[in-house]
Amino acid sequence: MIMNIRTNPKKLRGFEHYVKVDNVSRRSILKGLGLAGGFVLAAPVMSRPALAAYQTGADKMPHGTVVDPRVFVAIAPDGIVTIVAHRAEMGTGVRTSLPMIVAEEMEADWSRVRIQQAHGDEVKFGNQDTDGSRSTRHYLIPMRQIGASARSMLETAAAKRWGVPAAEVKAVNHEVVHSATSRRIGFGDLAADAAKESVPSVEGLKLKDPKDFRYLGKGQISVVDLRDITVGTARYGADVRLPGMKYAVIARPPVTGGKVASFDGSAAMKVSGYQEVMAGSAWPWRSSVQPLGGGAVIARKTGDATKGRNAVKIVWDDGPNGKYESAAYRAELEAAARKPGLVLRKEGDVEAALKGADKVITGEYYLPHLAHVAMEPPVAVANVSGDKAEIWGPVQSAGGTREDVAKTLGIPEANVTVNVTLLGGGFGRKSKCDFAIEAALLSKELGAPVKVQWTREDDVRTGFLHTVSVERIEAGLDKSGKVTAWRHRSVAPTIASTFAAGAKNQAPFEIGMGLVDMPFEIANVQCENPEAAAHHRIGWFRSVSNIPRAFAVQSMVAEIAKATNRDPKDMLLELIGSPRIVKLDSVKDLWNYGEPYDSYPIDTARLRKVVELVADKGGWGRSVPKGHGLGIAAHRSFVSYVATIVEVAVDDKGKLTVLRVDTAIDCGTYVNPERIQSQIEGAAIMGMSLAKHGAITFKDGKVQQGNFDDFPVIRMDEAPGVTNVYIVPPGPDTPPSGVGEPGVPPFAPALINAIFAATGKRIRAMPIGKQLEA
Amino acid sequence: MITLKINGQQKNWDGDPDLPLLWFLRDEAGLTGTKYGCGQALCGACTVIVDKQAVRACVTSVSDVVGREVTTIEGLHPTGDHAVQKAWRQLNVPQCGFCQAGQIMQAAALLNDNPKPNHDQIREAMAGNICRCGCYQRIENAVHLASTGV
Repeated sequence: MIMNIRTNPKKLRGFEHYVKVDNVSRRSILKGLGLAGGFVLAAPVMSRPALAAYQTGADKMPHGTVVDPRVFVAIAPDGIVTIVAHRAEMGTGVRTSLPMIVAEEMEADWSRVRIQQAHGDEVKFGNQDTDGSRSTRHYLIPMRQIGASARSMLETAAAKRWGVPAAEVKAVNHEVVHSATSRRIGFGDLAADAAKESVPSVEGLKLKDPKDFRYLGKGQISVVDLRDITVGTARYGADVRLPGMKYAVIARPPVTGGKVASFDGSAAMKVSGYQEVMAGSAWPWRSSVQPLGGGAVIARKTGDATKGRNAVKIVWDDGPNGKYESAAYRAELEAAARKPGLVLRKEGDVEAALKGADKVITGEYYLPHLAHVAMEPPVAVANVSGDKAEIWGPVQSAGGTREDVAKTLGIPEANVTVNVTLLGGGFGRKSKCDFAIEAALLSKELGAPVKVQWTREDDVRTGFLHTVSVERIEAGLDKSGKVTAWRHRSVAPTIASTFAAGAKNQAPFEIGMGLVDMPFEIANVQCENPEAAAHHRIGWFRSVSNIPRAFAVQSMVAEIAKATNRDPKDMLLELIGSPRIVKLDSVKDLWNYGEPYDSYPIDTARLRKVVELVADKGGWGRSVPKGHGLGIAAHRSFVSYVATIVEVAVDDKGKLTVLRVDTAIDCGTYVNPERIQSQIEGAAIMGMSLAKHGAITFKDGKVQQGNFDDFPVIRMDEAPGVTNVYIVPPGPDTPPSGVGEPGVPPFAPALINAIFAATGKRIRAMPIGKQLEA
Repeated sequence: MITLKINGQQKNWDGDPDLPLLWFLRDEAGLTGTKYGCGQALCGACTVIVDKQAVRACVTSVSDVVGREVTTIEGLHPTGDHAVQKAWRQLNVPQCGFCQAGQIMQAAALLNDNPKPNHDQIREAMAGNICRCGCYQRIENAVHLASTGV
């Protein structure tokens, strides 16, 4: 018997443990649930050091990991192997990659593998929070163990049937072979016997030699949903249709924290297809996932519900955030950044070093709020009946959704089923399940299945925005041009404000994204965080605080290069300094993306390597025509290392064209290089969108944008001419690291630096917008 | 009562004649391959082909298409093997996939109109279709591949 489940019911989701909250024990009801259900075995905790060359933070996540093959693998008599995908598919390819790892290790033939999407159940499947670029890095080893266990059980069953020692048989391509006697049995014929075998001890498992891999690291397998996507049968949240289902569109308070003062639904009643209108009560806005309240219009079709919603007359009580205004708030952030803040990292004496410097270069970098605008706006279907609830939706956190729906309805978690559809993009927005809770509450009220569809305007105006920030960096240089002092102040409303009222300092998971983990070799360093109050819901956005940090830090590198008349790439390498493991003794809580520092240190040799690789492959230093420019930036995030070169052309009217992008990524051991390439290609587009166009602004507490006309994103006619991707081959036992997010942060500064090289204009406030036209 | 022809089949509708075609397709006919992305013809996720033209179903009312042939992603090719669909699969174009039905319908209409579009023509014709995942490089290559034979 082995411990094949590592649950930690006391572990909180959503980083609440960084801030004060009342309901700290909300997951304790889970204790023992899976054991009672009989899905898993109870046994001693396995010791991981013997199993892998590295450790990850996987077991610190809520419910940790589960490595029971009987939970993840089923073999039918006809040989079809079904593998469970327990993470959410939002375009990264994880629904294919993780099952592929299992198939590789169990010697299954991929053409005879089918994928089943797990519902939300973390006791059974382990943690399901699909965020933080964690899936491959946390699950490469557990998935290999699951596959190896299944292979071992099949081999044992075959050996028993033949009456030969298990050591003489071997699973090869969907059958077990006894080569001495040339006998072979297919997996399907062995399935029933193998199921009776006990699950082998994880300690005794023999994993495949990577040189024998058929699928891992090859990039030859397309995503499992590819055909469905191209013929229109792939099922996303909005595609779920239930008999008797009603369609709801909700009018939410336009100012965060606002409430309904008066409500008049009479005009909505005249809309064809109208059924009813309901006023909802407002929840405290600081709550991390609860809906905003407002009024819902129910109709026969989504189109009718939208029309009805737009006809409802609501007078809102805006509350304290009704004065939020972006220009004034920016001035507040800038003022805060010019004064000392909470000191988070301190090496040497930065104040004295700046005073004694030959030259001080100061840069203040502004990034406005951003909206995720995944192509699929939030949507969910719920069917609540009695004390049971079933949800269908594009949720990044299936387990969290189950927990939060149960809590909201006041029913046991065991009574809530969360079916995870494909996600039409997530980017962090769908880590919040407020839209699923809305559907559940309406379904309970109406006694019928309900689909809640957010319009694009709802998505832009009432979501969880990327924070707004000012990053101020002062660099002190000595006479030789060497940087001797570095003071970085970061001011931004924090995601923690959605968990705890009044939180004004950034949480470790924010300051650990490019602020305190700054890797440069500088004698005097100080990182500070002055306070900032939030006036809107702040959420996770693909690569999160790394966006403003990489923008600031990598812009400053180029500014120093300019001031000292050096090549920006050489300057970058000089600042990164000698190949070493960065020591950050003065940082109290070095979050490090939740990973142990021993396995995932800040390794400047790896950062240097991506810079050198991209400089080589991307032709750094090549001569370009007048009006063109090259820019470079490098950044470590999600424990991966990425460097990007952008070539731009800016014409005399200020029209910006991105001609070429080159990106090198070191993400350690990898599973599917073809999907890594696609993620990096996409990161260039997302990086360019936010750099060129991205700005959500507020007036009278309300978001001023609403759709793709006033919150534009990059379209094909503005897209880079070509994006080249170079993946650093991993060393032996290099732990896997993030892919989905790390491509985004270096893009914007590389672009900004290229624009400077082309025009001499230094952009310090994003988006670029019309700044080049002046 | 309105009668529509969708993917070669007659469909009747006795509701609001102003209902956007998108919601008729999705909520009434169950053809959910056509997606809602913006509701204002800004993103192209709802692109269908009416007669031979790519149109945005979110701003086209059901009454606008009476007497015309509506083709959705489900009806583009009987076995899902239109040259554009094949090219999409060959180059592993999609990431999340949500916008891809609209992209494919737009590309199919383009190639019907201009079988050998050049680089600029492809970029211009596809510029109304947003992909937030950023698959543009592959979309462009796939349209080119479909035009030269898959």
